[in-house]
Amino acid sequence: MSEAVISLSNVTKSFGEVLANDNVSMDIYKGEILSLLGENGSGKTTLMNMLSGIYYPDSGEIKVNGKTVNIRDPKDAFACGIGMVHQHFKLVDVFTAAENVVVGIKQKGHFDLRSVAAGIREICDKYGFVMDPDKKVYDMSVSEKQTLEIIKVIYRGADILILDEPTAVLTPQETEKLFSVIRNMKKDGKTVVIITHKLHEVLSISDRVAILRKGAYIDAVATKDATEESLTEMMVGEKVELNIERPEVKDKKLRLKVEHLSCYNADGVKMLDDVNFEAFSGEILGIAGVSGNGQKELLESVAGLQNTMPGASIEYYSPEDEKSRELIGLTPRKIRELGVHLSFVPEDRLGMGLVGSMGMSENMMLKDYSEGNSIFTDKQKPKELAEQILKELKVVTPGISTPVRRLSGGNVQKVLVGREIAASPAVLMTAYAVRGLDINTSYTIYRLLNEQKTSGVAVIYVGEDLDVLMELCDRILVLCGGRVSGILDGKSAKKEDIGRLMTTYGGGKENK
Amino acid sequence: MAAAKKEPFIRLAKRDVMPVGKKIAVRLISLAIALIVCGLLIFSITGINPLEVYSTMIKGAFGTKTRVWATVKEMMMLACIAIGLAPAFKMRFWNIGAEGQVLIGGIVTAGCMIYLKPLPPVLLFAIMFVGSAIAGALWGLLPAIFKAKYNTNETLFTLMMNYVAIQLTSFFVAKWENPFGSNTVGIINQNGQEGWFPAVFGSRYFISVVLVLLLAVLMFVYLKYTKHGYEISVVGESENTARYAGISVGWVVIRTMLVSGALCGLAGFMAVAGASHTISTSTAGGRGFTAIIVAWLAKFDSATMLLISLLLAFLQSGAGEIASKCKLNSYASEMITGIILFFILGSEFFINFRVIMRGKKEKEEN
Amino acid sequence: MEGFISLFQAAVFFGTVIMFGCVGEIITEKAGNLNLGVPGIMYLGGISSLVAVFLYEGSTQNPSPVICVILALAASFIGAALGGLIYAFLTISLRANQNVTGLALSIFGSGVANFFGGSLNTLAGRFEQIAVPVTSAAFRSNISVLADLGVVGKLFFSYGFMVYLAIILALVVNYFLHHTAAGLDLRTVGENPQAADAAGINVTLNKYLAICIGAGICGFGGAYYVMDYIKGTWANDGSIEKLGWLAVALVIFATWKAKNAIWGAYLFGVLYWMYLYIPGLTRASQEIFKMLPYVVTIIVLVVTSLTNSREKQPPAALGQAYFREDR
Repeated sequence: MSEAVISLSNVTKSFGEVLANDNVSMDIYKGEILSLLGENGSGKTTLMNMLSGIYYPDSGEIKVNGKTVNIRDPKDAFACGIGMVHQHFKLVDVFTAAENVVVGIKQKGHFDLRSVAAGIREICDKYGFVMDPDKKVYDMSVSEKQTLEIIKVIYRGADILILDEPTAVLTPQETEKLFSVIRNMKKDGKTVVIITHKLHEVLSISDRVAILRKGAYIDAVATKDATEESLTEMMVGEKVELNIERPEVKDKKLRLKVEHLSCYNADGVKMLDDVNFEAFSGEILGIAGVSGNGQKELLESVAGLQNTMPGASIEYYSPEDEKSRELIGLTPRKIRELGVHLSFVPEDRLGMGLVGSMGMSENMMLKDYSEGNSIFTDKQKPKELAEQILKELKVVTPGISTPVRRLSGGNVQKVLVGREIAASPAVLMTAYAVRGLDINTSYTIYRLLNEQKTSGVAVIYVGEDLDVLMELCDRILVLCGGRVSGILDGKSAKKEDIGRLMTTYGGGKENK
Repeated sequence: MAAAKKEPFIRLAKRDVMPVGKKIAVRLISLAIALIVCGLLIFSITGINPLEVYSTMIKGAFGTKTRVWATVKEMMMLACIAIGLAPAFKMRFWNIGAEGQVLIGGIVTAGCMIYLKPLPPVLLFAIMFVGSAIAGALWGLLPAIFKAKYNTNETLFTLMMNYVAIQLTSFFVAKWENPFGSNTVGIINQNGQEGWFPAVFGSRYFISVVLVLLLAVLMFVYLKYTKHGYEISVVGESENTARYAGISVGWVVIRTMLVSGALCGLAGFMAVAGASHTISTSTAGGRGFTAIIVAWLAKFDSATMLLISLLLAFLQSGAGEIASKCKLNSYASEMITGIILFFILGSEFFINFRVIMRGKKEKEEN
Repeated sequence: MEGFISLFQAAVFFGTVIMFGCVGEIITEKAGNLNLGVPGIMYLGGISSLVAVFLYEGSTQNPSPVICVILALAASFIGAALGGLIYAFLTISLRANQNVTGLALSIFGSGVANFFGGSLNTLAGRFEQIAVPVTSAAFRSNISVLADLGVVGKLFFSYGFMVYLAIILALVVNYFLHHTAAGLDLRTVGENPQAADAAGINVTLNKYLAICIGAGICGFGGAYYVMDYIKGTWANDGSIEKLGWLAVALVIFATWKAKNAIWGAYLFGVLYWMYLYIPGLTRASQEIFKMLPYVVTIIVLVVTSLTNSREKQPPAALGQAYFREDR
């Protein structure tokens, strides 16, 4: 192929004791679309952050266009023509699109936002974006924010674009649109690096795939020579069975019945709009949708953490006496006291499910510390539970009193899921349970959920990866704009149908 | 072009954990440097040789029995407020209002001493004790309610409450003025000493010491072993987690501020009944602010709070001695306190970060 | 009428001190740093100007008013900016907690200022009352032609130049923050330092500059207080501290917009001096009236927390330390 526009040699970076990148040497060629593939925690983002100036390598050498460079900060990266779109957008909410684009650029002459707006429109026309330069970021959807980030990078004249997990928050349709923009950029002579762990995207967009595993560079192959299986093997280091089981359970019983559920968020935006559904024991009910379409509010309403609008009903059917209990208007504490066995693995693990500064042991008593009449907390029981989970789920931690914040993402999730399952729930709700986890831990989680399902628990699984939802779940509920746009059978559902429902408000019956 | 640029001169990296021994060493070194800097500063102003400065300070703080008690009294006041602030700050509730809460406790105490003079001493003390605690608690309650209900910024709310309390103190000083025209309250109950802490083992401050040590132990147990303490830790870490765990965040905020305010009110009780036997706008004397730093630096640990309070009390008495020796004013102690706080605050950095110099693989600071 | 004029004038004097403090603190907070050291910084500004001109006036027979003014302003700016530098170093480079560092700075500043304020005579080997008559007169001189224009003159032109400087500074800072590229960069640092960093803005440099310049402007408040408000002497009565905290409160009142600080400062002044113009108050009940500015600030705090306007919120990253490699 053509010459290397960037070449890394022996780049190493560590954070404390953790070695994030270990002697990585690789080339990126001019005008190609390169996928950087690796599991979560394999060091993809860290490596690219050293090109964009966010991190500085401990050792090693970076060459751009054949010249050795020292990229000390993002300014140096821009000077080299490198621009990165980060997974967590780096935008200022209270600024307009134009202000966000121009920030940090030393303009000649006086401060003029109109010329910036003109520049934005020019870029939009060239690559096929849509963007209003005067729109405030807080009024933008996730995909608009991403578009703005890409415009920002191009406006600065970057020739090498690095996109970190750009499709994580997009619908299949939005992903297609993004890919066509990326192809336009390639035609224009730009080099694009996409960080991802989604195999089918790798195969559909890129020219070449470079693979990282546990911080080390494994190999790069031409996409046309790769298959999902070969890539997975390189990524994980061993052959992995990619099938997720879906055991059949007979004798399903109604556990949760949600009717007319609506709620608003703090800004007065309607987040849930007349949601109705049922969840049964012995099944996994998947919930699909673009993130931010009411998934979080839905689970939090059931858990007693949301203020719901009048008229809603959430009935819980106890496995002990099959009687129903109304959960609307109850606090989490009241729900527990009613004898409702509800477990909840929230999306924000350290910000909601666990206390980051406490050890495993103290985290075990988070939900039941108040039981008993003593004014003192019982430290013995949680300690035993922590040790049990440590052993059963093979949690890697220096000890049960080490703050859980210091554990890796996978281990944090094991602690959280372990605690929630240990409470022997009748209904188990999980939000993005495998986000950020490596493949093996993800499969451990799937196994645990299936175990719960077969033992008669009603599992609700909010997910973002449609392939997983289609393999794991018995039924899939699709949310769009806070409305249920459809409930599909897991076995027969087609990806295109789910994708369409994800962008069809209320299933297309009425338009917003 | 970036190619010509060198590697950055200094880079930082986060540390994992530092062993306890090393942590203590870092803090002691920073303290030593701070003391050397202060010594040099005093030398440059007064010309006293730095070694002599410190021997003078030690003499000033611990030279005679009276001075020891004075230093201990100061230490206990500071520690009492810091202990009161600890639960609030552990909850990440920025109670900058200790100054006001102390004053309100002091006003109530002084009021009791003036109006309830004829009561039997035990009853009088009980009323003063309870009254000052309730007054401080109520003063802390107001910002807590607004924080709990409307998430009103508590830092500035409590700060403003200080000045409301100061004006209220001025009001009572004007009301209780004695003798007329002096604009001070004077020593209350000078003759009968009603409502004064009695002397035990030869010192009037002994009761204060016992009281504060008791509070220190209770606070340690409260934060570490009780359900309330657990709730405070969870709320302080993340309100979302607290709600998820079924904790009523608003109630915990209010309850904790009641405790915090009550203890600060008690500090006012000690200051008036146990020490000065008068009330003025300087009864709290900025200790409400200093105690915040004490609680923060001690990471809310009772024993550490006592130690830091001792250090600051020593500095104050010591600097006062130097000032009077050189006919300078006693604000020198505030200056020195500030410098020492800067150094201790700065030293935390070396506990959390590693400094990597250019060209070297890694350099351990301190 | 007489009462109104004197209340208005008192409010302007009072407001000018806190306007400087507020404008300086707005710059600081827009860079994402809540500096609770404003009282200490104002103290440092006040004492620096006093020491500088005290030494100058004592060293020469005929001190030049122009030099006095320049010296006082330069000294207050530098003294205060050095205080800001300590805070900046601790909170930015050493990532110490901003609130705690600010409080320590307040203690330090008040200690330094009152120490030198009280010991200046002894240290300088002079034993008269501290006074800097030439400088004070220069600060207080007005354009007499305008000041004599009856009521209008009294209301608007009877003040020293610092009153007008404060208004001009507030407008300039407002323009800088909202209408220049550098202002946009600075606000980005305070809203989202990660975004600023990724956009190639030097976060550390911007914060240092904002804090030190902001502190310098606060320092002018101290200088104005010493030279004009209390006429070139020193008082260990803690007034500057009180004013410093009011300046911090005013930032919230002004919803982080320097132009609002202008009328907000005068309003605080009116509230503070109101008691003098209400008949029938005893000395004790006057003290109750002096609570007004604080009570009003509390009410404003509560009201702003009730309204959820996106445009009236503090900078999003206020109070947070920034470390690029944070994970």
